[in-house]
Amino acid sequence: MKAFTTLEAPALALIEDRIDTDVLFPARFLLIMEKDGLGRYLCYDRRFDADDQPVDNPVDPALAAGAGIVLAGREFGCGSSREQAVWALAGAGITCVVAESFGEIFAANCLRNGVLAIRLDREAIGQLTDAAAQGALSVDLPAQRIGRGDISIAFDIDAPAKERLLNGWDEIDTIMARAATDIDGFEAAQRRAQPWLY
Amino acid sequence: MAGRTLYDKLWDAHVVADMGDGSTLLYVDRHLLQEVSTHQSFLALRDRDRPARRPGVNLAVPDHAVPSDGRSEALTGLAAAQVARLAENARDFGLPHIALDDPRQGIVHVIGPEQGFTLPGITLACGDSHTSTHGAFGALAFGIGASDCATVLATQCIVQTRAKTMEVRIEGDLPAWVGAKDLALYLIGRFGAGFGTGYAVEYRGEAVSAMSMAARMTLCNMTIEAGARIGLVAPDATTFAWVEGRPYAPQGDAFAAAVDYWRTLPSDADAVYDATLTVDVSNLSPQVTWGTNPQDAAAIGGRVPDPEAAPTDAAKAQQRRALDYMGLTAGAALTDIAIDRVFIGSCTNGRIEDLREAAKVAAGRRVASNVRALVVPGSTPVKHQAEAEGLDRIFRDAGFEWREAGCSMCVAMNEDRLTPGERCAATSNRNFEGRQGRGGRTHLMSPAMAAAAAVTGHLVDVRDLV
Repeated sequence: MKAFTTLEAPALALIEDRIDTDVLFPARFLLIMEKDGLGRYLCYDRRFDADDQPVDNPVDPALAAGAGIVLAGREFGCGSSREQAVWALAGAGITCVVAESFGEIFAANCLRNGVLAIRLDREAIGQLTDAAAQGALSVDLPAQRIGRGDISIAFDIDAPAKERLLNGWDEIDTIMARAATDIDGFEAAQRRAQPWLY
Repeated sequence: MAGRTLYDKLWDAHVVADMGDGSTLLYVDRHLLQEVSTHQSFLALRDRDRPARRPGVNLAVPDHAVPSDGRSEALTGLAAAQVARLAENARDFGLPHIALDDPRQGIVHVIGPEQGFTLPGITLACGDSHTSTHGAFGALAFGIGASDCATVLATQCIVQTRAKTMEVRIEGDLPAWVGAKDLALYLIGRFGAGFGTGYAVEYRGEAVSAMSMAARMTLCNMTIEAGARIGLVAPDATTFAWVEGRPYAPQGDAFAAAVDYWRTLPSDADAVYDATLTVDVSNLSPQVTWGTNPQDAAAIGGRVPDPEAAPTDAAKAQQRRALDYMGLTAGAALTDIAIDRVFIGSCTNGRIEDLREAAKVAAGRRVASNVRALVVPGSTPVKHQAEAEGLDRIFRDAGFEWREAGCSMCVAMNEDRLTPGERCAATSNRNFEGRQGRGGRTHLMSPAMAAAAAVTGHLVDVRDLV
């Protein structure tokens, strides 16, 4: 997994509540088995009409300008657990999402893919939206700040998520390195206590 | 020391280690896999040259992309490749696999319980958000993404942070023709689609104790639509009776020993929840959705809301957008909304009890001339049981199409999808933009309400028909 430390990039403002993972990545594209190259399907039905012709939308200009950040409302990424929603964001160059709240599975999927999910209140997101209209935003994960110029907003992130993003570690390897003995011990004890599970 | 909730007990029983950074390594007892969310998970194992740690505690089944108008012979293109890939992956990693033509095939969240793979007291994960369904058994069950599926396969564990606990107390008795689906939509409509975010939600009260396992599954299934990954009902005699004798369940003395343990799981009398919601359902009406997320729900006797009356600018904008997408006018009676399609099925409402309920309404009536109605059983065993009971005949005689098991039009990954502008009365779980097909318009409701809509051609209170 890629590490995340700092980012300076334009932001795409999608200031709506409950942009779900069906909007981020429509289900019909889930038949595609590749993980790479999914950026083209990000928010597809907002960007193209039923004949696959481009329509006026906020996503394409922002991506063309090199957007690396999304600003949104409440419960961004709610709904389906499809990790393709995160792969599509990352594939389109978005590695930081800022919202009032997130779908829980989506937030976990972000963390598994080196995408920083920042929770801020509506007012702070409004400030960032105004700032983003002027140019690129800066994100500093070690310092836990996001902003532009005089606007610098602190954000909270829990320690495990921060450490994982900064180190970009591989989860399977990390678990086996830190806890292989614990897993063996757990299984031995559970086998005695609940033999019907084995 | 204060008493523990059901969630606390399930969590505590599965802690493997503190990861040293504040997160917890939690053991996963059972893992269900389907074709859409696991291909990349197996690639991750192949890349690392790692085996599945406990192949036998997994169960793989194709459900999302499979055709409902046939089985293997009707499977083509990318979907065929995906289903074949799941079979290959299961074979290469030694996992139990239920093929598309197997009589046990069906939606993961229907077949897990059906086969006794889902048990009280276990942790269960699956690369699908509606894994919350299995919490109906008093299991800690939650949806995960493809990366976490790989972690579960390789290590039998998952890194988790503990959720807060919420009890939702259901008081009073549900009226006739008002069921778990109406209750779920009512809760989300009243408290908002994010009320469960950050919580493990446990449903309690007399009305819940009185519910069948199918109703409990519907309720827990819809919990993800309230923002919570986890929905729970404490295991009781109803649960044990349901599990007993199923193929994967413990048998004989082992079953008795398991029940002794399962009886210790319900929350202690002095357990404290982080939050409590209480609702009285004595006067609940059937619910339908009018908008593009599940919180856009209202009693069938109501009207399409006026966005200008919404409390905030954001809510106004969202409702305007929803009405525009749904092609509805503020103030219109919900019962005046004419429909084109009906979908009865899904992991929410594709069980035998759901089909019986819909068949009661369909019996002796005809699907409206301008409506196309599908019935898609949640599993092949459900289909066979329905046929043994003559339900398929009732549906066919009424003009419904009787299909093969799978997710079908709930996720619209096979050929069953709405065309732009088509309006559907659906028993599924999401009314998001494009969910049932690009530009399609979905109204969520119970099986009885969907059947009533099919035979009248518009949204209608089923109680006016029966």
